[in-house]
Amino acid sequence: MIELQQVSKTYLIGETPLRALREVDLVAQEGEYISVMGPSGSGKSTLLNMIGLLDRPDSGSYLLDGSHTERLPEEQRARLRGEQIGFIFQSFHLVNRLTTLENVELPMMLAGVSVRERRTAAQEVLAQVGLEAWSGHHPNQLSGGQLQRVAIARAIVMKPRILLADEPTGNLDQASGREIIAVLENLNAEGITLLVVTHDLNLGQRARRQIHMVDGRIETDISAEAGAGAKYVPG
Amino acid sequence: MYLADQIRFNWQIFVRHRIRTGLLLLAVGLGVASVILLTSLGEGARRYVNQEFSALGNQLLIILPGRKETTGGSPPIYGTAPRDLTLEDAQALARIPSINAVAPVIAGTTSIAVDSLSREAIVLGSTPAIFQVRQLEVSQGKILPDRTRSEAMAVCVLGAKLKRELFGHDRAIGEWVRAGGRRLRVVGVLVERGESLGMDLSDMIIVPVRTAEQMFNTPGLFRVLIELAGNADLPRTEKRIKEIIRERHEGDEDITLISQDAMLASFDNILSTLTLAIAAIAAISLLVAGILIMNLSLISVSQRRREIGLLKAIGASSAQVRQLFLGESLMLVSLGSLAGIIFAWSVVLVIGRIWPVFPMAPPWWSMPAAVGTALLAGLVFSWMPARRAAALDPVLALRGQAGQG
Ligand SMILES: Nc1ncnc2c1ncn2[C@@H]1O[C@H](COP(=O)(O)OP(=O)(O)O)[C@@H](O)[C@H]1O
Ligand SMILES: [Mg+2]
Repeated sequence: MIELQQVSKTYLIGETPLRALREVDLVAQEGEYISVMGPSGSGKSTLLNMIGLLDRPDSGSYLLDGSHTERLPEEQRARLRGEQIGFIFQSFHLVNRLTTLENVELPMMLAGVSVRERRTAAQEVLAQVGLEAWSGHHPNQLSGGQLQRVAIARAIVMKPRILLADEPTGNLDQASGREIIAVLENLNAEGITLLVVTHDLNLGQRARRQIHMVDGRIETDISAEAGAGAKYVPG
Repeated sequence: MYLADQIRFNWQIFVRHRIRTGLLLLAVGLGVASVILLTSLGEGARRYVNQEFSALGNQLLIILPGRKETTGGSPPIYGTAPRDLTLEDAQALARIPSINAVAPVIAGTTSIAVDSLSREAIVLGSTPAIFQVRQLEVSQGKILPDRTRSEAMAVCVLGAKLKRELFGHDRAIGEWVRAGGRRLRVVGVLVERGESLGMDLSDMIIVPVRTAEQMFNTPGLFRVLIELAGNADLPRTEKRIKEIIRERHEGDEDITLISQDAMLASFDNILSTLTLAIAAIAAISLLVAGILIMNLSLISVSQRRREIGLLKAIGASSAQVRQLFLGESLMLVSLGSLAGIIFAWSVVLVIGRIWPVFPMAPPWWSMPAAVGTALLAGLVFSWMPARRAAALDPVLALRGQAGQG
């Protein structure tokens, strides 16, 4: 469970403070599918980075599964990132010198998983995103949609419970974008908590819960189902 | 993260940045090789001197005229000591039982001529004993005759090279040469031999000591070489020599004794110190390699910002990122060191082939010292770039590209 309480974040741009998040409250249950929309610069990425433990709030609390994360030492936050959270970026962020398979294995390599074990796991998730035939290729031999699928495979290879996607279709044509969304929704259907930042209203409206941000604040938080919050899927 | 994984990860970076890696390997390799090679030269010189000394055979003692003063007085200038060391002094010393042979030496240069051919050469005035003491042999003719122990005689023995230059392939024995205004008959030619203690004997002419006395118009000896008996007690013999000289020089002990051991020890000392100094100088090239590593690592850190951000996003801790960058440098230095060692050893082996008299070999400490210094330099100079990488804010690092996308 993700729980943000009065989270604020201010960046200094030169001398001027820029409030990227203003007292944001957000509770996301296990297995939710949330889209985050809003104009550019409204703090969507900052919110996602905060949830992904890449950023620390200036004030407020972030509880992951009931425990505070703000004051955890960097080592532990890194471990949580590796084990609990999968990131997907607009620009894929694959390592070009590594093969598809090696890119997918990377989180497991950092976590100290043995070669044999992670090879099997990586091949498994590559099959899951439909790229088992491309495991020996390098990123420069793949199309944009394929690259993002490799990135998804990498994000889920550690079997995280939270998947954070920051404009995952922003660099893709419509067809590839739809494919990616389908892959993500399938993962959500299997129980992973999914947060997708997007510009695309059509995509955003597919989520059961839709958050609109303006100027560092959550302006609206609408759930497709009746009642507050979202449906609870026991993990 | 496993070490094997880290090695493979770094290896992929090396392959990707071949030129950068090649340059760094070259810098480290040359640094390590120069330490090993230069210290090998120093050590070779030390071994060479040792080898030369042991080639001298029996214990050798050298007497110089004049006392070597350490305090006060004017510095002694050999040959102009208050009292000359004479041939008679040398003959008196020969009676000490623990002494095998005494070779008095007068040295000077003069021009040696055969017909119209003339050359400048070193003249060594001595007795037949010099052949024993310096282990000289003749390839043609004979050594100086016995009479020359105490008498002047118009004879000489030529060094091999001098003979060649004056006579070519012609027979020299029985021929006459002109040396310093007198005619000498060649009775022998020395066996070809390399240098001995810095003196190129093949370039010399050996004449009777009395003849040299007249030639250079000096009753004083340049020095006296003494070969001790195999079982001689060095301190007692030295004491005895001093006593005899004191008796003959009216109570003055105006000679300086140098034993082969003392000489060897001081040479050894000088050359060992020199080798260390050379090593320190060569190690500077490793510092240069270290600075190169630092610069290129800093560039690499800024080029790989995105990757570092990603690694952190997928679970790498700062410590892991730092470890990756330090590991990269250490691996590079290790590979460079290995290349340097292989290169240095090949050079040492090749030199050993083409120049076998010079026992060039790295001293035992030079390889660990070179590699240790290289590793240390690599670690120290990649510390800052590695820390910078570890401290990189993943949000900023990832944004770097996302903004343009
Ligand atoms: N690390 C940072 N340093 C300075 N300013 C930042 C940083 N991260 C975000 N910002 C600023 O905070 C605001 C919110 O950014 P962001 O969360 O990326 O917005 P969005 O993703 O909604 O476009 C923007 O004005 C952005 O320029
Ligand atoms: Mg954004």
